[in-house]
Amino acid sequence: MGTIRLNKVRKVFGETIVIPGADLEIKEGEFIVFVGPSGCGKSTLLRLIAGLEDVTSGTLSINGNDVTDTPPAERRLAMVFQSYALYPHMSVRDNIAFPLKMAKLPREKIDQAVQMAAAKLNLTDYLDRKPRQLSGGQRQRVAIGRAIVREPTAFLFDEPLSNLDAALRVNMRVEIMQMHKDMKTTMIYVTHDQVEAMTMADRIVVLNHGQIEQVGSPLDLYNTPNSRFVAGFIGSPKMNLLENETLGVRPEHIALSDKAGEWHGTVKFAEHLGSDTFLHVDGGSRGQITVRAVGESGFHAGDQIWMTPNQNRIHRFDKEGRAIR
Amino acid sequence: MARKQQAVKTLLVTILAWIVGLMMFFPIFWTAVAALKTESDAYTLPLNWLSTPWTLENFGIVQERSNYALYIRNTVVIAFLSTLLGLCFAIPAAWSMAFAPVKESSISWSGKRWLATIFLTAFFVGLGLYALNWDLTDRAALGLGALIVTTVPLTLWVFSRNTTDALLWMLSTKMMPPAGALIPIYLIFTRNGLVFKDWGWIDLTEWNLMDSFWGMVPLMMLLNLPIIIWMLFTYFKEIPDEILEASRMDGASLWNEITKILLPMAVPGIVSTCLLNLILAWNEAFWSLNLTNRYAAPLSFMISEYSSPEGQFWAKLSAASLMAIVPILIIGWFSQRQLVRGLTFGAVK
Repeated sequence: MGTIRLNKVRKVFGETIVIPGADLEIKEGEFIVFVGPSGCGKSTLLRLIAGLEDVTSGTLSINGNDVTDTPPAERRLAMVFQSYALYPHMSVRDNIAFPLKMAKLPREKIDQAVQMAAAKLNLTDYLDRKPRQLSGGQRQRVAIGRAIVREPTAFLFDEPLSNLDAALRVNMRVEIMQMHKDMKTTMIYVTHDQVEAMTMADRIVVLNHGQIEQVGSPLDLYNTPNSRFVAGFIGSPKMNLLENETLGVRPEHIALSDKAGEWHGTVKFAEHLGSDTFLHVDGGSRGQITVRAVGESGFHAGDQIWMTPNQNRIHRFDKEGRAIR
Repeated sequence: MARKQQAVKTLLVTILAWIVGLMMFFPIFWTAVAALKTESDAYTLPLNWLSTPWTLENFGIVQERSNYALYIRNTVVIAFLSTLLGLCFAIPAAWSMAFAPVKESSISWSGKRWLATIFLTAFFVGLGLYALNWDLTDRAALGLGALIVTTVPLTLWVFSRNTTDALLWMLSTKMMPPAGALIPIYLIFTRNGLVFKDWGWIDLTEWNLMDSFWGMVPLMMLLNLPIIIWMLFTYFKEIPDEILEASRMDGASLWNEITKILLPMAVPGIVSTCLLNLILAWNEAFWSLNLTNRYAAPLSFMISEYSSPEGQFWAKLSAASLMAIVPILIIGWFSQRQLVRGLTFGAVK
């Protein structure tokens, strides 16, 4: 079990409307990612689901039960915070055991569950340490351990990896995905990093100014964004928006030539990543265009370049930014 | 050059600090010296500092004349119980202010609303008193009615304010001169405020708050409650909300959230708050002198006994003072690091 349904959920702080009204259905066992720029309300939406914020209007149900007014302690959800939020005065063992102690489980059961979680997360040697004696990655593992021991209905992750360094972030990303595969529990993951969203999600929810812009699988959003905002937000580097932002082409859908093509431009500079080269081209009246070349490209700054967009991959938008299909 | 200037500056500041420190310590030193002299020597001016023969007789006289054990027992009871009682009220209060603050006034007061509140209160008070068969033209009924009609809207107004206002309001009670509240409190203590009397089912006419722990402990608690709440509030503010939220997600009830997470994390703050409150309650004199006499009189009352119409007995007064302050001085000495940390916690971080 682990379905979560939001029905016209609205959140207002004083005069500010944070979430004007969100409808969303999260299926059992799904890995869903809320993504959007900072201040778009994605964390607020997660906190509403968690019960840490009160819903202004609308209803929220978990497994078919209305939990709109249920306190967070009784929603059977587990949350991993950005700052880890470990209890600094407790050992790792007590941190992981805390939710079970709150559930008043017998001692042996608690010990067993803590041992299992610790073994799964490589924390067995650190059980008697205090959180301050651990590295960032280990702290994050403890936070995850604390979440998994109680076998919640769903996991909520609030930007859990943004305090980690890049290499560790990739490792933890894989671990969380592995965890989801093993446990098959519903997970809701909030991030501002669209790469994280694309790699991890079964479905992505793109938020902008508190509105749900689009919900879909990573490739749906990539191939058929239904607004200019989603088109610009998903994909790296960003989609090129040309002709008063009514036409969008992704950098990887433009063919290059040094002789002839539809558009002409001058290479301003090139980013060599090894596997790809990103060329930033001054397209004259078209403005700046980013183009991806596979492998090591022969183009250098100052070179003349001709570009031909793939006609099947062109996105068109109306004045309001809605996609025209 | 810069380093030399820095060194001179440090030296000057150190000298200044020592001067101020010695000036502050001097009265205690003088008291100690005077306590160890005979009455006539202590009275002589200019004071012959260290030449006179030392004596411990003053301490013996103080113990003989007044029952030191009784006073110190009373002080300890009042100071400790009022601190504990204060914590019971201050911890929930500070929790709500730090973690669930009211951002905007919950009632927006307008002229219309004021009038409606006053009239409705008056109406319901009248109705209630009428139902109780009171003669509404009676002075007691009018007095009680007027009291309720003023307090209810004012209380509503105070409690509808946002948290910042509430905090400042609490602090403002410490700015009022205590003498201003003496007469009403004195009346409450002597005559139980004319309220407690024989109600038929319980007779409280003989039950008096004057010179009793039942009066002194809550009073001392109320006097220091604003300070306790403020200090705890600053401490709690330093604890990240996310940790408490995590405990809520982990299924902790409010009680567990406060006792298992918040309080253990705030132990240093609670300890220094308790210490400060102990010192304040220990040194309190104004209310103790006015509201106690024999049974619940603390050490400050004992000291005052030594200034008599026949003149000051400096040596004995000093000995009594020294006996009164030594315990708290020792506690303060051992906990000074904790105290300083506590008082500057929010400021320095």
